[in-house]
Amino acid sequence: MADSARYHRERFHRYALEAQKFDSGFISLPNRYIDPHSGSRTYEKINLKGTGTILSYTIIYIASDQFAHTTPYPVAIIETDEGARITAMVTDCDINDVKIGARVELVFRKILEEGESGIINYGYKAVLI
Amino acid sequence: MRDVAIIGVGMTKFGELWEQGIRDMFAEAAIKAMDDAGVKKIDSFYVGAMSSGLYTYQEHLSSLMADYMGQIGVPGLHVESACASGGSAVRSAFIEVASGISDIVLAGGVEKMWDVEDGTIVLATAADQEYEAYNGVTFPGLYAMIARVYMEKYGLTREELAQVPIKNHKHSVNNPNAQYPFELSLNDVLKSSMVADPLRLMDCSPITDGAAAVILCPLDRAKEFTDKPVRIRAIGAATGPIALHDHKDLTRLDVVKLAGDRAYKMAGLSPSDISFVEVHDCFSIAEIIVAEELGFFEYGTAGKAIAEGQGTYGGKIVINPSGGLKAKGHPVGATGVAQVIEAYYQLSGKAGARQVPNAKFGMTQNMGGSGGSCIVHILEAL
Repeated sequence: MADSARYHRERFHRYALEAQKFDSGFISLPNRYIDPHSGSRTYEKINLKGTGTILSYTIIYIASDQFAHTTPYPVAIIETDEGARITAMVTDCDINDVKIGARVELVFRKILEEGESGIINYGYKAVLI
Repeated sequence: MRDVAIIGVGMTKFGELWEQGIRDMFAEAAIKAMDDAGVKKIDSFYVGAMSSGLYTYQEHLSSLMADYMGQIGVPGLHVESACASGGSAVRSAFIEVASGISDIVLAGGVEKMWDVEDGTIVLATAADQEYEAYNGVTFPGLYAMIARVYMEKYGLTREELAQVPIKNHKHSVNNPNAQYPFELSLNDVLKSSMVADPLRLMDCSPITDGAAAVILCPLDRAKEFTDKPVRIRAIGAATGPIALHDHKDLTRLDVVKLAGDRAYKMAGLSPSDISFVEVHDCFSIAEIIVAEELGFFEYGTAGKAIAEGQGTYGGKIVINPSGGLKAKGHPVGATGVAQVIEAYYQLSGKAGARQVPNAKFGMTQNMGGSGGSCIVHILEAL
């Protein structure tokens, strides 16, 4: 999937945690034209602070080929302190320390690289704090 | 709106079908269904498949399947709703017959999964590609995160969770089309390799090749074709968020309740009227939550109830008499159609050793993604 435009258009979310805060209070990390809950179309752009709490997690032992080199690795659903929900890998930790309720901070990390001369993909991962 | 009946069914064996390509499997199931109904020509058809493009590099299934099942000329359409593609094909065919547009409509489903090495990446396309899969979560990983919260909230034990695949494998022993028709011990489940903690290999539905097809017609014409038609009494469908993290309560699959309630309302029935249900047990935890969302058990209680025998013969409701996705196999696009075939067998008295006695109404529940889409059918013995 060496598609540079696909990665480029996500740069604001993945590199700067840009999100939308709708006037209903709903916060979405992906761009949306409409709040799926309230129907609101009015929002402001915000940058998430990056701190949040783990709502659930798993340890992936069988991964797709892209991530197979890094198993076992934790992935978590995180609610940021602003209230946005995201899914992210938890990195730089002992997998036994990942718990529901654990506090995390989102950090800028390499996600994937597409071979020796392909695109290097970056994004957010979580570290325990 | 016209009433709709099933007048014929056909399916391949589910498993590793190395000698059959996607067209062969679909044609086998479709021809069997047409022969079963005694129809030489159909008016229209739908083919459900999740990802023929990624699995086999083949799209344009309307033309391909019309060509290879001997029905060139009739209108056809490939429908996709991830793992609910098969149920969506049946629903589309139901709507076409009920509306009066067509009389004899085939609804089929197919998936050729064993031709690719990295099936995990294909299945992950049913999740949010940019905001879930990109960050390393797999499909089992999503259900593992559901299971973890559910187990903590309701005190469901690892041993109780294991009773779901144990029950389904026990049922599958009597299903000649099942991929893995053998019994599992508790140890088999608890010692199987970890896939996504807390889910192990024996919590997960397998990789399967297979196809299934049913023929629908107006109920008032059904007796022209068969002595044993089965009525599709109601359909219910719904969508939910694409990403699991957008579920307000991670222990719930709201989409199932929405689709189920719509089907109950259309049928004028309640959960206590249903004798058996084929549910989408893609992972063990899914069967437990789905059984709750469909109203068969209170929230937080289905795991214990199934472990105590309430989900099998002699219990409150027989869940997955076919063996379910886990033991019968899960050729993604075919699954929703195969569920309807099982309900047809049960309600026409053709289920053999796995027959649920005196069943008047049966239900099927087919689900896409981590609760992103759901199709429910209620079928009625005539």
